[in-house]
Amino acid sequence: MTAVDQPPTGKVGDWTLRKEDARLITGQTRWTDNIVLPGMLHAAVLRSPMAHARITSVDTSGATGQPGVVAVFTGADLQGDYGALPCAWPVTEDMVNPPHLAIAVDEVRYVGDAVAVVVARDAYSAADALEHIEVDYEPLPAVMDMEAALADGADLVHGDLDSNTSFLWPFDSGDVDAAFDGAHTVVSRRFINQRLVPAAIEPRSVVVDPAAASGEITVYSATQVPHILRLMLALTLEIPEQKVRVIAPDVGGGFGSKLNVYAEEVAMTAIARRLGKPVKWTASRSEDIQATIHGRDQIQDIAIAADADGRIRGLKVDLLADMGAYLQLVTPGVPILGAFMFPAIYKMDAYHFACTGVFTTKTPTDAYRGAGRPEATFAIERIIDELAAELGMDPMELRRRNWIRHEEFPFETVAGLTYDSGNYEAATDRAMELLGWDELREEQRQRRESGDPVQLGIGISTFTEMCGLAPSRVLGSLSYGAGGWEAATVRMLPTGKVEVVTGTSPHGQGHVTAWSQIAADTLGVPFEDVDVLHGDTKIAPMGLDTYGSRSLVVGGIALKRACDKVVEKAKVFAAHMLEASADDLEFADGSYSVTGDPEKSVALQEIPLAVFAGHDYPEGVELDLTGQQVFDPENFSFPHGTHLAAMEVDTETGRVTVRKYVCVDDVGNVVNPMIVEGQVHGGLAQGIAQAMWEGVEYDDAGNLLTGTFIDYTVPSAADMPSFITDRTVTPATSNDLGVKGVGEAGTIASTPAIVNGVIDALRHMGVDEVPMPMTPRTVWTAIQTARNEG
Amino acid sequence: MTTPTPSGRVTISVTVDGTSYTDDVPARQLFVHYLRETLGLTGTNVGCDTSNCGACTVLVDGASAKSCTMLAAQADGCEVTTVQGLAVDGELTPVQRAFHEKHGLQCGYCTPGMICAATSLLAENPSPSEQEIRVGLEGNLCRCTGYQNIVAAVAQAADEMAQAPAGAQQ
Repeated sequence: MTAVDQPPTGKVGDWTLRKEDARLITGQTRWTDNIVLPGMLHAAVLRSPMAHARITSVDTSGATGQPGVVAVFTGADLQGDYGALPCAWPVTEDMVNPPHLAIAVDEVRYVGDAVAVVVARDAYSAADALEHIEVDYEPLPAVMDMEAALADGADLVHGDLDSNTSFLWPFDSGDVDAAFDGAHTVVSRRFINQRLVPAAIEPRSVVVDPAAASGEITVYSATQVPHILRLMLALTLEIPEQKVRVIAPDVGGGFGSKLNVYAEEVAMTAIARRLGKPVKWTASRSEDIQATIHGRDQIQDIAIAADADGRIRGLKVDLLADMGAYLQLVTPGVPILGAFMFPAIYKMDAYHFACTGVFTTKTPTDAYRGAGRPEATFAIERIIDELAAELGMDPMELRRRNWIRHEEFPFETVAGLTYDSGNYEAATDRAMELLGWDELREEQRQRRESGDPVQLGIGISTFTEMCGLAPSRVLGSLSYGAGGWEAATVRMLPTGKVEVVTGTSPHGQGHVTAWSQIAADTLGVPFEDVDVLHGDTKIAPMGLDTYGSRSLVVGGIALKRACDKVVEKAKVFAAHMLEASADDLEFADGSYSVTGDPEKSVALQEIPLAVFAGHDYPEGVELDLTGQQVFDPENFSFPHGTHLAAMEVDTETGRVTVRKYVCVDDVGNVVNPMIVEGQVHGGLAQGIAQAMWEGVEYDDAGNLLTGTFIDYTVPSAADMPSFITDRTVTPATSNDLGVKGVGEAGTIASTPAIVNGVIDALRHMGVDEVPMPMTPRTVWTAIQTARNEG
Repeated sequence: MTTPTPSGRVTISVTVDGTSYTDDVPARQLFVHYLRETLGLTGTNVGCDTSNCGACTVLVDGASAKSCTMLAAQADGCEVTTVQGLAVDGELTPVQRAFHEKHGLQCGYCTPGMICAATSLLAENPSPSEQEIRVGLEGNLCRCTGYQNIVAAVAQAADEMAQAPAGAQQ
């Protein structure tokens, strides 16, 4: 649905155009790679062309004399300058986390592993000099297949370890054996959730500015997490934390891939300190694909048990999760987040989950949009369709029989989460109406009967997710290294203007606009009188940054409450100015007035000047209007929705087309419907891309075959369909604004909708599985295989 | 353009965003690096190294070109417009305005190239269909928006430019 054009009032809930855009559409931007500092040097990184090898020698002598070259560093040169790169999520006590140095010293373990750094006066010279470094590699076996990696006697990624296993994380709830033993029907499947490249269009970049005399160091980085990065740089490089300032300037997308502490951030900090000069490193796209984290990559063995009437009795999930060569910041936590989402919206008696984290000689994986939840949602929504087929039931009817009914909320799931609210019936009914369900089913029947070469299918995904990461105590119970709170400060300036300081760190989400709406609405001031400061640890010292659809759900609430504090503090001054008792004052539309005497009033925006002057104020009151708040949520939020994909499949060529895509999301109350719709669109594109086009390919020797945008096929406008989006509103009960978060919903929901739609189109031909991405070749092969078997 | 000297440098004269420059540049310098580093015009971004993403798109003699895929030397004698030169006296073009009004950008990194590509598209085809817009922007990748609002923005700009009095269009 397109939004109604409304005047931009800037109130919460209004379609409000973004403040961010003015600079971005005119090129007045501050990307990290735009930063130029006096005396700045440029770094280039030599990377391993081999998946696994021992480094027998690195000869940098040929590079040091090249034009413009200032210094060359190997891993051995720098290893005393820093500790290992951090993994903040030890999911089990005995998790194996091999040391991960920023620059490899003895061994390389994936194509792209950093081996040496050239620093030169310009970027071209630095890149040229890389050619003059001689590295001798003694090849070691590539470890590419997770199952082979777990076999006895397997080649090891880390030769000094006993195995390629990082951890085994089990979870059991209810009597799983009883659920399966007594079942009428059990369906078991193996799904492959392929490896993806997050592919933010801005490649990673870092500029480090050291001040040798004072020991201060400023790190500009294209990061989602300036606060986490500051802490980790202080710890990893043993720099007193107060000396480290991290700035995330304009950041060009992240999708989880910039939620990390990267080798280049640590290495460039070490090198800039050594040289006493600013150093810049910016990834080429090819480097970025090799050396920025990948997402997904799971082998999912899943079994579902049901009664004859379709009632789900239990679910078993055994995962192999590919860690890649090392554990990055939250690598092991990604499949564990997913563990809680396999039961999804369905009631059941018992649930078994076990995840094995496996090392391979590939780029490390970590959080990519959805982080564990898309993988879980894919598996459960796929197997529900397979169970429906096995039972001969309509897949939507099977879902209705099992989902948590609206009147059953709050509901404790078999995975131990308490879903506070939801209305799956309303979202589903609306989605079916928008799709034209009955008409398409009729057309599908006709095409089947007539043997049309282009078959039609309807794919369903009735998803939920856990967002708003997160209650700090829950994160603690899951062994995550930090909390999940968020901070906000609201400052009233003497002229009545407002500065909001937030601990969130936007990189496309429009926080400046949405936070302005929240502040303007709560304080009763004009939208344009509010500015939002973020992404700089000196300006916004407290925060836990932006990921996991947490910014509004946690940071937005902190802001709302900080504004409430301002209103409360200013009330004392208003009473003094009005010569009234504070108890007699009402606050509405930005003004305090005396109850019963509305003529007697003072605007909130008039008060800061009086406080600033301090000439006349009540005894014993602090001369300050600043509102500060740290908010720690009590529960996750649980957005949900129903996504329906009408898919056309050319059975002669295998070509798949999205005929119509409808989604009805319930993200609770919304602050800015325009931004919400945009987040859904972008999420859909990434989820659909996993189903249809994207996938990282390595060969058996560990060479990355999809190392550029030529081979890794991020979709263009010509590939993408138009979407029909709508919302139902079931407010979250766990926070003041009733919001749930929207950053990941589209990505989580859409992948299984697309795949279910293709299989629905082909099921009568005997097809019940098509691997992702569903290129014409894989679809055509699935059809031929079914024919040959049939 | 002069013949490259033994040191591999050439002299070029180029007009960028209305200002004329004559510079001695390395023969191998990519045009996007000339814009960003020599002229300090950092509004134009680099997103890939294989001419796929289009973040670096500018207008060279009015037509869209990927400035990472041409040498600075090839811009000799050309009139170039980057995203920083589209607005005149602070007046946004219909395409820029439509990207704002239709929420056709999120992080904004692809936006300079996307706006230049859309400007060129509308110059060639003033009233494109949705499919023509989608195909016309095929060389520009966006990871945030799913393209729907970009397509809507280009359609709005086309409508607005069609209604504008002749000569008022850029």
